[in-house]
Amino acid sequence: MNGSDNINIEERDDATIVKPEGDVDMGRSPALREAIRQAQGAATSRVVVDLEDVGYMDSSGLATLVEAMKITRSSKKVLILCAMNDRVRAIFEIAKLDQYFTITADLPSALES
Amino acid sequence: MTNSASDKPAIRLELLSNPSYLAGARELISGVSKRIGFDDLACSQVALAVDEALCNIIRHGYECDESRPIWVSIWPNPDGAATDDQGRPLPSIRIVIEDEAKQVELEQIKGRDLEDIRPGGLGVHIIKEVMDEVTFEKRDGAGMRLTLVKKQTPPDQADSQSEGAA
Repeated sequence: MNGSDNINIEERDDATIVKPEGDVDMGRSPALREAIRQAQGAATSRVVVDLEDVGYMDSSGLATLVEAMKITRSSKKVLILCAMNDRVRAIFEIAKLDQYFTITADLPSALES
Repeated sequence: MTNSASDKPAIRLELLSNPSYLAGARELISGVSKRIGFDDLACSQVALAVDEALCNIIRHGYECDESRPIWVSIWPNPDGAATDDQGRPLPSIRIVIEDEAKQVELEQIKGRDLEDIRPGGLGVHIIKEVMDEVTFEKRDGAGMRLTLVKKQTPPDQADSQSEGAA
């Protein structure tokens, strides 16, 4: 997303995987929001946001994911976050949102959960 | 304290209230922090605090008008170079962020209740969590001024403070 809003979306194992790249900040979070909305409309029961290639996230990114979680729950689907680095995980902990989301260590464990 | 002629900042950045420039501001802040000796954790905390402050100004102060000015002034080691009792450097940084947006009553500036989970409202909480001093003021005439201070935690105290910090 840093510079190109590069977000990959693919379906696998009854999950739609959203994989943003770069920083997720106020300038970039609208593109992530749009990608997750697209994933929520897919015919899979789970939405997985793979954060492996996200180096930085601020509260705009958190807000996008909180909104995504609420929409996903209301549509009886499951939202899973995976592969976040320590820097990204820390902001979830500061905001006390690390217990609100299902967070897995990597993509395979997200697809198995 | 921060704006007198005898206390000029080492760096003064003027940027437009456009989210596209947040990454550049973060890199500047992080780079300066690194250069004066902050560890990686502290550098990312200072950059995060500035990012959140700029976002609040853009979103709430200027209501997403991308053409308005924001000024960021930086004082590395404002009280002089300090060391701990073993001679290790303990850098500090003071950052003042000013705008000419609508003024806000100081008692209204607060983060939301963390138990009330909803999108938004986390910026002020995050800033206060990662910085040592956070002071909001009304500028004379128009706009707000936010002063942020961060001091490097001595290594023997860092382990106990690193949990839950960015």
